[in-house]
Amino acid sequence: MKHKISFTINGDVKEIEIEPNKTLLKMLREDLDLTGTKEGCGAGECGACTVLVDNKPVNSCLMLAVEVDGKEILTIEGISDGTNLDPIQESFLKHNAIQCGYCTPGMVMSAKALLNRNSHPTEEDVKEALSGNLCRCTGYQRIVDAVLDSAKKGGKK
Amino acid sequence: MLKYVGKSEKRVDGIKKVTGYVRYTDDLKLSGMLYARIKKSPYPHAKILKIDTSKAEKLSGVKVVITGKDVPIRVGLYLEDKTFLAIDKVRFIGEPVAAVAAESEEIAEEAVSLIEVDYEELSAVFSPLDGIKPDAPIIHEDLGSYKHASIILPQSGTNISNHYKIRKGDIEKGFKEADFVFENEFYVPHIQHSAIENHCAIAQADPEGKITVWAGCQSPYAVRRTLAVAFDMPLNKIRVISPAIGGGFGAKAGTTLEGIVIPLAQKANYRPVKLSFSREDVFINTFVRQGMYARIKTGVTKDGKIIAEENKFYWDGGAYTEYGVNIARAGGYASTGPYDIPNVKADSICVYTNHPVGGPYRGFGMSEIHFAIEQNLDIVAYKIGMDPAEFRKKNALKDGSSTVTGQILENVGLIQCLDKVTEDIEWDKREKKVSKIKYRGKGIACMYKAPSMPNNVGSSAIVKINEDGTVNLLVTAMDLGQGSDTVLTQIAAEVLTVPISRISIMTGDTDCTPYEWQTVASRTTYCCGNSVKRAAEDAKNQMLRLASLKFGISEEGLELKDEQIISKIYPDKKVKIADLAMGLTMPDGSGIHGPIIGRGAFIPPDVKDTDKETGQGDKPVAYWTFGVQAAEVEVDIETGEVKVLKIAAAYDAGKAINPELVCAQIEGGIVQGLGSALLEEMKIKEGKVLNPSFVDYKIPTAGDVPEIRISIIEIPEPTGPWGARGIAEPCMVPTAPAIANAVFDAIGCRINSLPITAEKVLKAIKDKMK
Repeated sequence: MKHKISFTINGDVKEIEIEPNKTLLKMLREDLDLTGTKEGCGAGECGACTVLVDNKPVNSCLMLAVEVDGKEILTIEGISDGTNLDPIQESFLKHNAIQCGYCTPGMVMSAKALLNRNSHPTEEDVKEALSGNLCRCTGYQRIVDAVLDSAKKGGKK
Repeated sequence: MLKYVGKSEKRVDGIKKVTGYVRYTDDLKLSGMLYARIKKSPYPHAKILKIDTSKAEKLSGVKVVITGKDVPIRVGLYLEDKTFLAIDKVRFIGEPVAAVAAESEEIAEEAVSLIEVDYEELSAVFSPLDGIKPDAPIIHEDLGSYKHASIILPQSGTNISNHYKIRKGDIEKGFKEADFVFENEFYVPHIQHSAIENHCAIAQADPEGKITVWAGCQSPYAVRRTLAVAFDMPLNKIRVISPAIGGGFGAKAGTTLEGIVIPLAQKANYRPVKLSFSREDVFINTFVRQGMYARIKTGVTKDGKIIAEENKFYWDGGAYTEYGVNIARAGGYASTGPYDIPNVKADSICVYTNHPVGGPYRGFGMSEIHFAIEQNLDIVAYKIGMDPAEFRKKNALKDGSSTVTGQILENVGLIQCLDKVTEDIEWDKREKKVSKIKYRGKGIACMYKAPSMPNNVGSSAIVKINEDGTVNLLVTAMDLGQGSDTVLTQIAAEVLTVPISRISIMTGDTDCTPYEWQTVASRTTYCCGNSVKRAAEDAKNQMLRLASLKFGISEEGLELKDEQIISKIYPDKKVKIADLAMGLTMPDGSGIHGPIIGRGAFIPPDVKDTDKETGQGDKPVAYWTFGVQAAEVEVDIETGEVKVLKIAAAYDAGKAINPELVCAQIEGGIVQGLGSALLEEMKIKEGKVLNPSFVDYKIPTAGDVPEIRISIIEIPEPTGPWGARGIAEPCMVPTAPAIANAVFDAIGCRINSLPITAEKVLKAIKDKMK
């Protein structure tokens, strides 16, 4: 039995029928073709699937799609309009905070959530906010620097 | 004056990645796609008596079921010892024995559970030290008949799939002349690459029998070749596309899932078949870094010169060692580390066990042997009362030194790296006891590494000049995150004087992009970089010839500058690249030559086989990369916890084509090395992996990162592009031994095995107090 749910995704209102056991991650990737959100572990340990639900970062692999009924979802595809990047994305580019790119969308979304709730984070705050996002390539420091720099500029480029 | 090479240009793939736009294999959804799952062995070593797939085949939604009999040909990169699905025997827990393609993942999952397999369990081997015993169960009875590369020496009738020997000088005389002889043992456990992208492959057959494979693979051509052997197909009937790779570190260098999706696709009525591995599958069913036992015996004189060394490395190769055999070889020809030792006996032995399959992992044996070599060196230095940095300097390879294979070296930057690192870590300053329970220490470790590859493997590149003077660069070197797309674009830009933004790089499609052996071994900047440089020079020379005709000026009198060919003497005689791109138009309106396409190819010059009995040879590798790291740690003697405060690193990159990307590699390598030093171990009990998840197998997070200081030394490698050497793997190699040596410096305890857990440290402290 599919459930009918409605939610806002990246600014658009959507109504969809969904299986009750389907995760939010699978719905985003399979039903909505939003493949910028990645699966790295399927167990809430790597953070590659991080999206914002009502402004809070969640591991979309651990959340059921039916739970987002009536809520607002923001994914990596929703934070830039195609030509203008989000200041956090600009900062990732500037600091070379990207290597293979697989963890990057999740990292950016976790950073976005942090700066939404704390516009002046310390280095420790950033490290804590990103502690649920695994990256095997960069060694993290450039990512931390990118987030701090973005915060310092107050969300401006 | 260089304009693009040596500059920290921004990544050319950055925007696609930071927006989540870039498509990895699992992001691809093709119409009519079927989904695959594999049936795995529950036993480490067993005979397959019977496989009954009838119930699975009857399940609604199941389209194809295959077993090992459908894929019977043995394959392998260096030793053809594996089939993609087990045939008569299984050799590790998790080995695929059958596979299913169905309308959905759920149906495929259910179908797999309906496949019934009868096994007869066999006694198994869980350690290389047991595997070499004369009465050990034999894991590959037919080893003697397996095809293998000439550089690999399997021993028929045993579990030894390669034995690399070094016999240099006179080892007995060396030990006799030594004032002191020390013997030490070390152990490095299995670890997992843990790239964040799980492995995934899609295959589709067309009505003419051609197969297209999409897989995030480091080596599309090597994959194509292995698949062609496995399915007895001509190479032009297989197309391998590597869309994007979410981290590799060696785990995506070989061929695994691709060999399972192809036979499914061949029976799927032209529908594409996708197989996505879960994180647990990745831990168990893709390559792991081999475990390794090391025994080192060192003879040293009173004044601190090492004059004899006898090394034994026993590699836990796992169930199949098609790739692992070459790790043992690399461990052999690098067996003493970067030191000049006149008398050496080394045996590097790859042993089959009933463990997950060992394979390439960033450093390819060097991280493992240097953990042993560099701790051993420290132990010897302390015992003879010499400063560990000074002791290393005294024995380090320098210009004119001879390696373990007897190769005489030039352009060695090791001493410069040592000097820089000891300065950056403030080696001479120590603040040991910072509180009642916190002790600090500093440790140092050197490393060297060569690209571990067959002598004669090639790279190639194509440069197409477009009508408007923009450029398309085609290669099959893959950007796994290391930044090769950017570096190779910089190389083309430098030769062609065309800005980075006017060059587009395309990679990873065996029907379109030219041959590349593999993206491994820190060989891309060097090998593929040379081929890109040659391709760009070829295009440039074609345009110089055309401009020479146009102006009636000899080619020597012309130069390429700012996207124009211009006379060195008459600055008004000039023509834009764009105006030569499609050939030269003559005054009478006729045209000559046609479109400019540059072609470049490269094989490292003069690399030769070594002697099978002694391992001696004057150029067994293309080049060596040298580097040094020092660590400062703080040990809590109440909890045993080790915190890494600072790492200083120096590498001789020859020429950093992109200094920021070199630093990014070093930072990432250090943190990966730190993980292997303090956190990571695949716990394997009687063949079963107990911690195949990030819940139970921890890798470093943002909070674990120490202060890092990096220095790049540039002593050019004469055969590299602008002198460049590879550095991506070397970054990880000395981190673990530097940390282990720092722990000893802090608390006087040696931890001879990785990882250096709080538990081991506490036990060592207690043992010392006894």
